[in-house]
Amino acid sequence: MAEKNKLSIISMSGDFDKVIAVFTLASGAAAVGYEVNIFFTFWGLNSIKKVTGRSFIGTGFMARFFNFLLGGRKSLPLSRLNFWGLSPILMTSMMKGKNVAPLEELFDASKALKVNFYACEMAMHVLGLTKDDFIPEVKDVLGVASFLELSKGGQTLFI
Amino acid sequence: MTFVKAKLHLEQLKPGDTTEILLVAGEPLDNVPRTATEQGYQVLESVHVRDNIHKLTIKKP
Repeated sequence: MAEKNKLSIISMSGDFDKVIAVFTLASGAAAVGYEVNIFFTFWGLNSIKKVTGRSFIGTGFMARFFNFLLGGRKSLPLSRLNFWGLSPILMTSMMKGKNVAPLEELFDASKALKVNFYACEMAMHVLGLTKDDFIPEVKDVLGVASFLELSKGGQTLFI
Repeated sequence: MTFVKAKLHLEQLKPGDTTEILLVAGEPLDNVPRTATEQGYQVLESVHVRDNIHKLTIKKP
């Protein structure tokens, strides 16, 4: 049997627009039959937190405060011209108006198309997060070596 | 994204079911029938409906 095409994405950014790029590529590739792996690290972890808004999660005072500032998927800032969080709301409304799938729809489609989500062990350690802080679709917690092994033989993108 | 939506819809069909999908001309009309065929679905018909809208009839094998 022919091996599946494979796309692996390292999602490091917590910017609204870059996270949209991650899930657009992931869902698009999964729909056309690719095996898709996303390795969420540092700010990228915000998009797979169970809590989608701002919340004091994590272990330790600093981690809890930091995670509050970072927030979850529904409080991601635009990479430019964020205007205190107003721009992502405007952008979502413009996308819906142009019949372009907004972030939540892309995220749900990625889950439905069985994109593999992995969380970075080191970044979780730094931010005081555990696997329980993430959505249940997160398949595993990995280090760099395991992710490289997983992405072997396919294309890898860093966003 | 058009094929993502189409694929999620096609996956819900039972074998032997047919469905109709409206597509705009251009990339979606090129991509959806090609990829559906590659994935084993049967494109039964593609007809022009109005302006740049086309209707695709697809059967799940």
